[in-house]
Amino acid sequence: MYAELFQFPVGREGYYGQFGGAFIPEILHETIRELTAAFNDAQADPAFWDAYVALMSSYSCRPTPLTHLENLSKDLGGAQIYVKREDLNHTGAHKVNNVMGQGLLVQRMGKQRVIAETGAGQHGVATATMAARMGFECTIYMGSVDVERQRPNVFWMEQLGAQVVSVDDGTKTLKDAINATLRDWADSMHTTHYVMGTVCGPHPFPQMVTYFQSLIGREARLQMLEQTGKLPKRVYACVGGGSNASGIFAGFLDDADVELVGVEAGGLGLDSGQHAARLARNVGSTGVAQGYKTRFLQNAEGQMRPTHSVSAGLDYVGVGPVLAHLHDIGRIRVEAATDADVLASLQHVMRREGIIPALESTHAFVAALKEAPHLSSQDSILINQSGRGDKDIFTIAEALGDAPWRAFLRQKVGEWEAAAAANDGVSA
Amino acid sequence: MGSSGRRERRGVGMTPVENYIRRRLQRKRLLLMTHAIVGYPSFEANMAMLEAMQKADVDLVELQLPFSEPIADGPVFVHANQCALEAGVAWKNYFAFMQRVTVAFDFKVLMMGYYNSILQMGHERFCACLAEHGGDGFIAADLPPEEADDLHQYAAAYQQAPIVMMTPVNSEPRLQQIAAKASGFVYCVARRGVTGRQTQVDENLEAFIERCRSATSLPLALGFGLRTHQDLQRVKGLVDIGIIGTALLTAWEQGGVERYSTLLQDLTSAAM
Ligand SMILES: Cc1ncc(COP(=O)(O)O)c(C=O)c1O
Repeated sequence: MYAELFQFPVGREGYYGQFGGAFIPEILHETIRELTAAFNDAQADPAFWDAYVALMSSYSCRPTPLTHLENLSKDLGGAQIYVKREDLNHTGAHKVNNVMGQGLLVQRMGKQRVIAETGAGQHGVATATMAARMGFECTIYMGSVDVERQRPNVFWMEQLGAQVVSVDDGTKTLKDAINATLRDWADSMHTTHYVMGTVCGPHPFPQMVTYFQSLIGREARLQMLEQTGKLPKRVYACVGGGSNASGIFAGFLDDADVELVGVEAGGLGLDSGQHAARLARNVGSTGVAQGYKTRFLQNAEGQMRPTHSVSAGLDYVGVGPVLAHLHDIGRIRVEAATDADVLASLQHVMRREGIIPALESTHAFVAALKEAPHLSSQDSILINQSGRGDKDIFTIAEALGDAPWRAFLRQKVGEWEAAAAANDGVSA
Repeated sequence: MGSSGRRERRGVGMTPVENYIRRRLQRKRLLLMTHAIVGYPSFEANMAMLEAMQKADVDLVELQLPFSEPIADGPVFVHANQCALEAGVAWKNYFAFMQRVTVAFDFKVLMMGYYNSILQMGHERFCACLAEHGGDGFIAADLPPEEADDLHQYAAAYQQAPIVMMTPVNSEPRLQQIAAKASGFVYCVARRGVTGRQTQVDENLEAFIERCRSATSLPLALGFGLRTHQDLQRVKGLVDIGIIGTALLTAWEQGGVERYSTLLQDLTSAAM
């Protein structure tokens, strides 16, 4: 099934069922064609994949380990819970897989500059890292709301030498950052590659990003077989644009008995209207924006609706066309986890297992921990921990109302201001 | 609603808008197409803009239907799209406005916007709606020709010209492919990038227009980055229609109806 997904009938290139395609201004047509050709060429070259895997093992701790959550499995008394540790990647999330892969492709194409959108900032940091390592110029577009809630990542992007552009259009989040990056690309495409951060956007991005992220699923399948002797009953992954989910699902798509469960951002609850669920309960409807056709959160006239999530990385109106299709045909199930459940599960997992999933990844934990007790202890389930949570320290500490943290921030700000005032005094 | 005469067929293949352009070209060397984002800064302001266009003898007007994800637009239009949406512009008041405009003025009116609006409305309903409210065609900035067949069939049935775009980076075979889907006229994009930035009128541009001419016999319009009298002087004789968008809205934002009208008069004097 995995291979067939990407064998397009004539005239339907880039389509997965009714979703996908490339809806772009004509000015980008030739660039997209060139990229598709370069990607197809790289994919047909076995040395390319080998070089990619070698790079990821020397630069980013691959293969990432598989961890058995022994305490939680025992506590819940159901399925054995395993976690694929994408948080142990360099830069702290699965994003780097896709980014380093595209970096190798940029080298093949001979371009000198990379641009990217970022939501949580993880993809931005990964792209800035790749650009520093490979010697590309780098510009990152980020919604101004996200710049505010993910300041530590902005700091790192700038330290890594990237220019970070704060985007004030629209809802000032990921979708607006994507639009801004597409606009830059329409001007700069002769020297510049757009490192799309997730399995969205025009063809060939959904296919290409899935290809690089499939490394997660390939590794995880082998590791499950090695460590448990069989395949997991279910695989859970959070779904923003859908790249970590597509990556881990890729390893199990052909195993019909493995149920694949995507978990979207339920925000304040699906009935509140304040969420970012598109596939769960079929909340989204078919539309075209940002270069592709999928299920979007939009109103009846096709204007995108504002989204909400405690996690910036899941706060997005669209979803990868491959996942939308797999959902349509019933191959994946999609649930939603609320902000409140996410914070509760995060604390639970930290306390019992000593791991700190990113807020995004914790959505997958919510569904898995809820369902595990209903399965047999002979069964195992697998969660993709797409990233680590320490980047979220400001958001989490605020959500938990941690008083010592607040006092610490106040004190730090006081020190900075005192130092600045002293400096002003000197220069005056 | 709507003017009943518009739906009758006039000659096979040639849309009313092409007929109109060819007629106008008999007495003018360069036609002018201008642009307004419906509902920005307000319907009244739009009306004042359109009156100034009529006075300046503008030939064609794009009425942009605001969209939340305008990827082909630069900062001035992005902002305008957003403000119009926040002010509550929707299909109903957009088409009501189009009706008002097509009844009141002589220039031809085209819808400009993004494909999602058309998709949500439905291809046939969209074309029927345009015809009913006096429109003569549409420009969908993010609809590639390979996705356009179904929509274009309805466009033909309702005498609407679906305007396609050619760009300087297109290969020869691609220009042919685009030409095969074209009717009314062809929108030639003067340079890379989005709307709003200055364009250099130079020999590269001439070579590009040359390539468009060999791909299609339809009239050619040139847009993206034309802003001054001098720009239009330079493209006169090269293309059939000059398109002015951002420069006009910027004039409005800087100096209201006065500055807007002055710029328009200045532009049309170049087209004479
Ligand atoms: C840790 C982490 N997980 C998940 C996501 C969501 O993206 P995707 O659905 O493409 O995996 C992000 C996005 O920024 C992220 O940083």
